[in-house]
Amino acid sequence: MRAFVPRDASARAVGADAVAHALATQGAAVIRNGSRGMAWLEPLVELEIGGVRHAFGPLAPSDVPALLKSPARHPKALGPTEDIAWLKGQTRLTFARVGLTDPLSWDDYLAHGGTEGLRAALRLGPEATVAEVKASGLRGRGGAGFPTGIKWETVRTAAGPLKYVVCNADEGDSGTFADRMLMEGDPLCLMEGMAIAGAATGATKGFVYIRSEYPDAVATMQAALRVAQAHGLLGPSLLGEGPAFDLEVRVGAGAYVCGEETSLLNSLEGKRGTVRAKPPLPALQGLFGRPTVVNNVISLATVPWILAHGAPAYAAHGIGRSKGTIPLQIAGNVRHGGLYEAAFGMTLGDIVALAGGTRTGRPVKAVQVGGPLGAYFPPSKFDTPFGYEEFDGAGGLIGHAGLAVFDDSADMLAQARFAMEFCAVESCGKCTPCRLGAQRGVETLDRVRAGDPKALPLLKDLCDTMRDGSLCALGGFTPYPVMSAVTHFPDDFALKEAAE
Amino acid sequence: MLDSALGDRLAQIIADHQGLEGPLLPILHAVQAEWGHVPPSAIPVIAQALNLGRAEVHGVVSFYHDFRSEPAGRTHLKLCAAEACQAQGARALRDAVLAAAGLDAWGTTPDRRLTVEPIYCLGLCATGPAALLDGRLVGRADAKSLAKEALA
Repeated sequence: MRAFVPRDASARAVGADAVAHALATQGAAVIRNGSRGMAWLEPLVELEIGGVRHAFGPLAPSDVPALLKSPARHPKALGPTEDIAWLKGQTRLTFARVGLTDPLSWDDYLAHGGTEGLRAALRLGPEATVAEVKASGLRGRGGAGFPTGIKWETVRTAAGPLKYVVCNADEGDSGTFADRMLMEGDPLCLMEGMAIAGAATGATKGFVYIRSEYPDAVATMQAALRVAQAHGLLGPSLLGEGPAFDLEVRVGAGAYVCGEETSLLNSLEGKRGTVRAKPPLPALQGLFGRPTVVNNVISLATVPWILAHGAPAYAAHGIGRSKGTIPLQIAGNVRHGGLYEAAFGMTLGDIVALAGGTRTGRPVKAVQVGGPLGAYFPPSKFDTPFGYEEFDGAGGLIGHAGLAVFDDSADMLAQARFAMEFCAVESCGKCTPCRLGAQRGVETLDRVRAGDPKALPLLKDLCDTMRDGSLCALGGFTPYPVMSAVTHFPDDFALKEAAE
Repeated sequence: MLDSALGDRLAQIIADHQGLEGPLLPILHAVQAEWGHVPPSAIPVIAQALNLGRAEVHGVVSFYHDFRSEPAGRTHLKLCAAEACQAQGARALRDAVLAAAGLDAWGTTPDRRLTVEPIYCLGLCATGPAALLDGRLVGRADAKSLAKEALA
């Protein structure tokens, strides 16, 4: 009997390896797939029964003997996997293969549509490929939301004998794990996206910069690189008919700011990961001063689907200027957390409802959207539709689409202080508002805590300075979590004052 | 100064990576994998090989949280300190683990048995609180069993 046990880090961290071992030693043919994204059910095992995959979870090794003996009656049986509501409600385009296939199997990749996007791109040629990406409305999924096709066009038309494609896999935002899941669950898809970017812009060399906090993603990508090279997805001639494009996997060294594209480029060059002033744009003078496409993992991994199915099919999803789908990552204090890919436009409240309430059973107090630089939203703002402009209008940002849910025991002053503390720890030191401002922010919030009535106006002033005067989003967006906490949860700040 | 065995190994590491574009970070990772830290005595050797100033190499080593100038304790535990894990009890987990180790802040026990440090997100945000114990990822971490394992 075929048994699927995820090799995803979220499953391995809760014992998937031991479950896989138990299954293998008791006669099952174990396949290590990516995760289906239902983190609360990990380790989630699927058994193929009559050609249909049935899910069971969360499983421990001790569950295995009974599972193999009579799966249908197992207390942890969840029925056919595809019928689980969490999966049924999704629109899986970027994550279509994740969880279904063995991420390192070339046959699986081909059987599930792999290489179709690259073949289409090679047929179309560079100019039409870039036009297709533009028409799809795809925007940077790392958080900045810059139109991917326009970036590619700039690199395509830039002069230069050597150009690069850099994949930003420095997914440092807390509450986000879509890049990690994609790299561990469908690494070849990312490589195909990078190959398309290379063919479309004239770049011949790529780098994937993965954060060191993702050891499993690094290992899977390195293994997938050999598979891709062996089958011509990368190499001297793409699929034996296209131009040359190859890539290297590089590992970060624990600096959050290297998720900022210019810091990342400096880090790849072997320098301190400090931010560069823009202009010049990386598209014109990027890695080693060459024209460089810098895109997030999800942006690049979405491109093969767009090329294979056409821009109109992708742009048919979404709202306003937020076209297509977004892999939402629901995390924090939730009963049901994980990855949920959906068209843009769900309200924040709908998304939080997917989580089925908090794990502690207490009411939701706040949801931080977009990582450590994202705003804390109170339930009164849960009608905000998920889209770039919509969140901007509500005083926040979607960032990399991670949601961290907090129950009513959260102390928002402590969360605001953490935002400043994190910025102080991670600041690259290049610009003053961030380097010193964050430190002063921590101190000012301590004064708020101590009941100093002059501290709060000072904090607001400091946040304005950081927002307007910082070189990059680290200092510039840290005011989002801080000021959203102050604005939406005044009691957490006022009570301390009264307690003086 | 490095002793000659160390020097030979370092020369080998540098030679293995010198052909890469931007070889410094890969070299530093390999050095740290070999010795558990980046020995200060390795810095002038690396600088010389890459035609960089010592200060430049030192600046890179000191910029990144991962690179250490002295080895960690025999067991190395990193606890996620970021928001999604905070929402799942990371602060209480930290306090309990530090107390069990006899530490009053992040750091290394005096007998160098255990180093406990923060890490900002392991991407296990829906199966938190998360930890990294000697390179092994731990989800849904429980203070009691984690402390027991770390101090075993």
